Amino acid sequence: MLYSDKVLDHFTNPRNVGEIENADGIGEVGNAKCGDIMKMYLKVDGGIITDIKFKTFGCGAAIATSSIATEMIKGKSIEEALKITNKAVVEALDGLPPAKVHCSVLAEQALKSAISDYYKNQGIDPAPIVGEIGDCEACHEHE
Amino acid sequence: MQRFIYADNAATTKISKPVLDAMMPYLTEEYGNPSSIYAIGRKSKRIIEDAREKVAELLGAEPREIFFTSSGTESDNWALRGAAEALKAKGKTHIITSAIEHHAVLHTVKALEKEGFTATYLPVNSEGFVSVSDIENAITDKTAIVSIMFANNEIGTIQPIKEIGEICRKKGVYFHTDAVQAVTHVPINVKELNVDMLSLSAHKFHGPKGVGIFYLRKGVRINNLLYGGGQENSRRPSTENTAYIVGAAKALELGISEMEKREAHLKKMRNRLWEGLKDIPRCRLNGSLENRVSGNLNVSFEGVEGEAILLSLDFKGIAASSGSACTSGSLDPSHVLLAIGLPHEIAHGSVRYSFSEDITEEDIDYIIEATKEVISKLRAMSPVWEKIKNEE
Repeated sequence: MLYSDKVLDHFTNPRNVGEIENADGIGEVGNAKCGDIMKMYLKVDGGIITDIKFKTFGCGAAIATSSIATEMIKGKSIEEALKITNKAVVEALDGLPPAKVHCSVLAEQALKSAISDYYKNQGIDPAPIVGEIGDCEACHEHE
Repeated sequence: MQRFIYADNAATTKISKPVLDAMMPYLTEEYGNPSSIYAIGRKSKRIIEDAREKVAELLGAEPREIFFTSSGTESDNWALRGAAEALKAKGKTHIITSAIEHHAVLHTVKALEKEGFTATYLPVNSEGFVSVSDIENAITDKTAIVSIMFANNEIGTIQPIKEIGEICRKKGVYFHTDAVQAVTHVPINVKELNVDMLSLSAHKFHGPKGVGIFYLRKGVRINNLLYGGGQENSRRPSTENTAYIVGAAKALELGISEMEKREAHLKKMRNRLWEGLKDIPRCRLNGSLENRVSGNLNVSFEGVEGEAILLSLDFKGIAASSGSACTSGSLDPSHVLLAIGLPHEIAHGSVRYSFSEDITEEDIDYIIEATKEVISKLRAMSPVWEKIKNEE
């Protein structure tokens, strides 16, 4: 398993780890059975994600993708944040081994899930804005 | 200089200096093909037969019952496929094995199932033991071979091989054991253990990679796995790897001659590690502490994932191994940990430490401290751990 230096850096010194008290949106995706759970906390102010924190149970790639994703999201508008794809996360990490690409999908889903939660808290239906969050592909194969 | 502690000797070991020295002439000047008639060929042939005699003596076998192969995997394949194919004509098409075998055995049995053989995968208890009476009850008049590993590679559980061998002998079915993780850690005498076939791999006991040993009791008829020339008494063709065969025999000799002293040390070190780790909340020992390979400790830490633990330990100069899905290359964690009844999420958080004789008390204390730091750092960022704490 060859990880890039970027992955190792984000794994060893993860950015934005923790929780946000009174978060405006919280998203949790994954399944402990598969070995990955990602939880993201958002603070939103005037449509801008002003703060983001994460907690992740998972392998090195799962922790690194959570970390870099929060860096990419922080300070962006919700609209911009929703445009961040798992592919962009993989590129920002200088690549991931093929078996670990699902970790980046999880990061994208965790963000979408947290944004959905934010809209729900606002009394807004998130579906037309956030779209389909999708399932963890790894969990599918368990069934 | 950063400290480096190699705690993954169940994966492979460092080749020892006397072994390398014994091999060197056959990698350089003594290159003759053992099948050649002239002097340097004859010399290679002689040295291989010396190695065979040495291995036979160390295992309580006869030289003609010892074959050199390319690996433990090849030896396992040979035993199972060779026996299954040989006995098929007699209507013996059933294979018995356990749920915790190495993939070299499990995947061979799976392949044979696709070819029309039937198989029974016996369960193990929470410490990883197969039940001898389960084996007895599973044997039918169609059973060709029973294959049960001597010691497990992940959790170190040592099976009651002698008793299993007795039952198989009594019932007239072949008995093979994969002893790759057991040899040089527990005494092995093939006659006393009632085994018909046994597999070994040199790189697990400070010999070179790429060479295995196969014991085939005389009178036990199995088919060849490979076809070719007349090497190894026409049972295992291909030009002999003289240097590696010499290395395997030398490593086995050294490993067995120093076994008692080394095992006592390893057991002490492993127990010290467990004593140091067991205060970590929500951790558990996988396997038995009594009937266990001395240098092996396998521990699960709830709320954290194994690969993340291994990477963090690596940054602290410790090389260990895990049964998590992320390290197994599949989506499921280790089949061994699942077979002893661990839930998936706990199996993902397992670490295997396996030592060789150079491990010191100071190393163990360093591993304990490093593991504690790593576990608490990873737990602090784990939503699973958060849930566990909230439920307490």
